[in-house]
Amino acid sequence: MLLHLFSVLVALSTLVLIFAGGLVTSTGSGLAVPDWPNTYGWFMFAFPLEKMVGGIFYEHGHRLIASTVGILTVILVIWLWRSETRPWVRRLSYIALATVVTQGILGGITVLWLLPEPISISHAGLAQIFFCLTVTIALVTSRGWKDAYRGSVEAKPSIDNTLRQLACITTSIIYLQILIGATMRHTEAGLAIPDFPLSFGHLLPPHWDAGIAVHFAHRVGALIVTLLIISTTGHVLYHYKNNAELRRPAVLLLLLLGVQVTLGAYVIWTSKQFVINSAHVVSGAMVLGTSLVLTLRAHRDRFSIEKRSKTYKEQNPAGALA
Amino acid sequence: MSSRSLKGFIVTGVVLTMTVVGCGGGSEEPATLTETAAPTAAPIDPATVGNITGTITLEGLAPDAELIRMAADPVCMREGKGGMTETFVVGEDGSLQNVFIYVKSGLGDRRFQPPSDPVLLDQNGCQYSPHVFGIQVGQPLEVLNSDPTLHNIHAIPEKNQEFNTGQPIEGMIFKHTFSTEEVMVPLKCDVHGWMNAYAGVLSHPFFAVSGSGGTFDLSGLPPGTYEIEAWHEQLGPMTQSVTIGEQETAEINFTFQMTS
Repeated sequence: MLLHLFSVLVALSTLVLIFAGGLVTSTGSGLAVPDWPNTYGWFMFAFPLEKMVGGIFYEHGHRLIASTVGILTVILVIWLWRSETRPWVRRLSYIALATVVTQGILGGITVLWLLPEPISISHAGLAQIFFCLTVTIALVTSRGWKDAYRGSVEAKPSIDNTLRQLACITTSIIYLQILIGATMRHTEAGLAIPDFPLSFGHLLPPHWDAGIAVHFAHRVGALIVTLLIISTTGHVLYHYKNNAELRRPAVLLLLLLGVQVTLGAYVIWTSKQFVINSAHVVSGAMVLGTSLVLTLRAHRDRFSIEKRSKTYKEQNPAGALA
Repeated sequence: MSSRSLKGFIVTGVVLTMTVVGCGGGSEEPATLTETAAPTAAPIDPATVGNITGTITLEGLAPDAELIRMAADPVCMREGKGGMTETFVVGEDGSLQNVFIYVKSGLGDRRFQPPSDPVLLDQNGCQYSPHVFGIQVGQPLEVLNSDPTLHNIHAIPEKNQEFNTGQPIEGMIFKHTFSTEEVMVPLKCDVHGWMNAYAGVLSHPFFAVSGSGGTFDLSGLPPGTYEIEAWHEQLGPMTQSVTIGEQETAEINFTFQMTS
């Protein structure tokens, strides 16, 4: 139980980190600290607090939070390595550690190479993958998941393939939408279309350039994600309304979608006010994480089946071979 | 590119960049033909040179200069108290300061030795001084931190090499030379988002920045026909053609229109 709580803490810390990263981009502070891994020549943790002014506050703060998340991840990996019996969960934590290390290096390269767009966008995209890994670890270390995995609770009715596929598609498209959003942010196209919900007063932009195209793609993406989430949630509420472990994330997903679309609108209406802009980023991560939880839960019995199948094969090697 | 060579490239890049950033003393871009070449064999005869003078004015309602909010840094609040925005510095007569005026074309293939005297860009009171300036290709630029707080100096050129270096200590000087003509190179401090400046980098010395009264003076020009450009950071460029004879002084005026 403690391990699960700790893994939830890691996931929540990652959300804080994503928010801090959003603040760095939204305030244009990405290069306020020109060196890395040091900060103006100081060892990162020895940098004087009174010098954390202006853009340094956001950039150095992001680095400190990132380091904290890195340390928490190392602790999580050691904890899982010592106490987790499922090899794939341990492997998942190794991947998370490799991801957070890569993410740190990407962040450093981004600074040293003066924010090249492909690397900045990769940094934003990998952050979401790391968040998904922490969410997955938090989920699969929960008591509810493990009880079902061990087959110690009454099996829930099996989940239909439509929901499984729909949930997978929804999660994938949300991630794609986040990548388009990251591209928009890092290519300064956030206000390429300055009005909302129309585009230059029209349904379609009357003129096009690369920035407008990326921005409009993000709006179209939002529409597609909205339809997918409504479909997924509708399917869950219609077919599995008594199944709390599906209903809860589905309802939360719908609520978060509303928050996310509202924040997206306010990003435009406030000309990218930096807190709203960053909240939009972190809210996007929450939409992704919630959709991932729903997807994993929709596929949970497969983990149990796999486990039972393996156990059966181990106990009856001849039968398994036959 | 194989993954091994890609790794090597990234590691080498990181190490090299860290070395440059770590040293922090200055940077020099690769020398170009313009920078290294001696003046041409067709020297300018000082007895024949003339001048181009004029005034820059603004028509329309310009935004008032605003007090800069420096709350992000307590040191700036103290040192830069009363600092005003410099995008539109307009006199009562409509004269406009901080416009960069330069000879865009007409000098032929003449080449000019860059001066060894540096151009000083001071960070004082958490503002750049001067806000707009000209510099020759190959001429040293010295960026001084006169503030008891940290600044980073970040140039965002399109043709020259981008750089970003930190100046955490008061009195630090960062030196740089530009390698290519570029009008203009924006400079900014990412720590203090309100700090920005513009450098006009040219291969010749015929440039000026409009000062008090919006006046400018391009002196020492050989007789000829020139294309003169005036550039403002928000209003963009305006161009005029002018001809001067031997020892003549021609006057041209630029009037920018303030669009709503």
